Amino acid sequence: MSEIKEKALKAQNKKAEYGSDINIDEYSSNAPQYPAQDLENIDIVDKERLLNAGVDITGNERSGSFIQVDSSVLHASPRQDGIEIMSMVDALEKYSWLEEYVWNVVPVETDKYTAHAELNFQGGYFVRSMPGARTVFPVQACLYLKSEDVSQNVHNVIIAEEGSELHIITGCATDSPENRGLHVGVSEFYVKKNAKITFSMIHNWSRRVAVRPRSATRVEEGGVFINNYISMHQVESMQLYPSVYLVGKGATARLSSVLYAPPGTDMDVGARAVLSAPDTRCEIISRALSTGGRIVARGMLVGEVEGIKAHLECQGMILKGDGEIKAIPELDGKVAGVDMSHEAAVGKIARDEVEYLMARGLSENEAISAIVRGFMNVDIEGLPPVLKEQVDKAMDISDKSLF
Amino acid sequence: MLEVQNLTVSVEGKRILENVSLSIDKGETYMLFGENGSGKTSLIMSIMGIGNYQVESGKIIYKGEDITEWPSYERAKHGIGIMFQRPPTIRGLKLKQMLEMVKRDGKDPLELAEELNFTDFLDRDINLGFSGGEIKRAEILQLMTQDPDLVLLDEPESGVDIVNMGLIGNSIRELLQKDLHRKREKSGLIITHSGYILDYVEADKGCVLVNNTIWCTGNPHEIMDGIRSHGYEECLTCQR
Repeated sequence: MSEIKEKALKAQNKKAEYGSDINIDEYSSNAPQYPAQDLENIDIVDKERLLNAGVDITGNERSGSFIQVDSSVLHASPRQDGIEIMSMVDALEKYSWLEEYVWNVVPVETDKYTAHAELNFQGGYFVRSMPGARTVFPVQACLYLKSEDVSQNVHNVIIAEEGSELHIITGCATDSPENRGLHVGVSEFYVKKNAKITFSMIHNWSRRVAVRPRSATRVEEGGVFINNYISMHQVESMQLYPSVYLVGKGATARLSSVLYAPPGTDMDVGARAVLSAPDTRCEIISRALSTGGRIVARGMLVGEVEGIKAHLECQGMILKGDGEIKAIPELDGKVAGVDMSHEAAVGKIARDEVEYLMARGLSENEAISAIVRGFMNVDIEGLPPVLKEQVDKAMDISDKSLF
Repeated sequence: MLEVQNLTVSVEGKRILENVSLSIDKGETYMLFGENGSGKTSLIMSIMGIGNYQVESGKIIYKGEDITEWPSYERAKHGIGIMFQRPPTIRGLKLKQMLEMVKRDGKDPLELAEELNFTDFLDRDINLGFSGGEIKRAEILQLMTQDPDLVLLDEPESGVDIVNMGLIGNSIRELLQKDLHRKREKSGLIITHSGYILDYVEADKGCVLVNNTIWCTGNPHEIMDGIRSHGYEECLTCQR
């Protein structure tokens, strides 16, 4: 038995550090299998649900697409030279060196979810930009839950080779708002020297789905990692705390999260960055809005060498009744000469702002809606217009529950 | 245009205006003088209908309609516009978006922004990091986009340097159609503490507010001269 398997077996019952404990045995890892399909002929998914998660089924203005339904890879193909997209199963067969990138930045023994992903591996995507290549359009990846009570266990590896630029949009969705399921997604990102990855993820789960992504990124010298995470719909239980390791001189990361928790939502979402090389920079920003759901917004910066600079910002707004937002920012400076700061606030909508807009002719509801939209409008770098539209659309829907 | 009749107003149970009456005709500009805390801002806020200003008695008549009970947004929609002295910052809401929301037919916010040399601010969050003069210009730009018939200005000169004062003064002239003589339709009620705005904007009437009520009414230049020579203390001894 491989060392990794052994570690996974040992961690099978290891509870996660954060978030409620999910009983994985309630979900089956044996979903029905679906055959591969051309992108335009895909007919077993609800295209509207995909679109809401930012996935364009026409594939136009995309440098390639990957679509996995439950445990079946329906489609994986690039549309641009210098970009590779394939299922992890195929990629591991093709490249023996890929094993070195698997369970490298995310330890397999992290918790029972990482162990579960290893022991019940169902694929996932491998996306790679070759040295010097730049995606003209974003690559899109979609992980879709269709069957009832299924556990989707994916392991993704994303590599931007030296001097390349890779832009990925990942949309996650369920077949219906009533689907029950578990999504365990391991993602390992590698940003090589002077490369850049922009990764935008929009979650469109349902009220009966539990979500446990486990991801980490390694950024080498001069590399840039931009991560945008958006969750604008009710989700039963979601917990993620991705890590970024800035290991090369001048490496930079910016992580933004936009979270909306209507009643019945339990989110524990954060981002952690370890700055261990000179001149590294990091910014972590989150906006959390609750109309009755619970959000724990975490953030951690670790400064390990002199001259690093990093900032953490958690802003929360509770609009209604018994919502809860807990902002937990942490700074850990390990040497002299680090420059790290944080700003955290949880509040309500400011009455003087509402009055100001009303005096300009907006009704009270219009004013509240404009303020909330402004609050959630983080200037997200690299967010494609289609995703911006989805965020706006989600805000339109949530407008109804604001009052 | 506007008639305030025996208005008594309180905020959180505390009386802040006492039996105030004034009237402004179409095309007229009215100056409101008074010390800090005399009730000037409260009067303007009450005319605008801002939430926590409770009218206890009296009436506000605008264009012949009793608007005393109207919410502020209805007043704004019917042509009342206000320049706040200290407007709040609204994070994430861009000035451009705000202008799109408040614009009146026929007004192009971008053209107006160019006129005010303020296009660089269109993509900024409203009032975030703006200087005193920039806040005023943002307020003026919003008002010009709204194109109100009755303009309420709360100390337009406060916090503004001399260079910006000319720009703001001229924009207020434009808002109030000061270059039109016969067909002037816009009216204004302007709060001033220092009176500097009078160097730019001609006013037809003026009054002094003392201790939450109107103390005297008259020619705004004469009132200002009196205040400059004798101070507001003198107003208290004035027999009216």
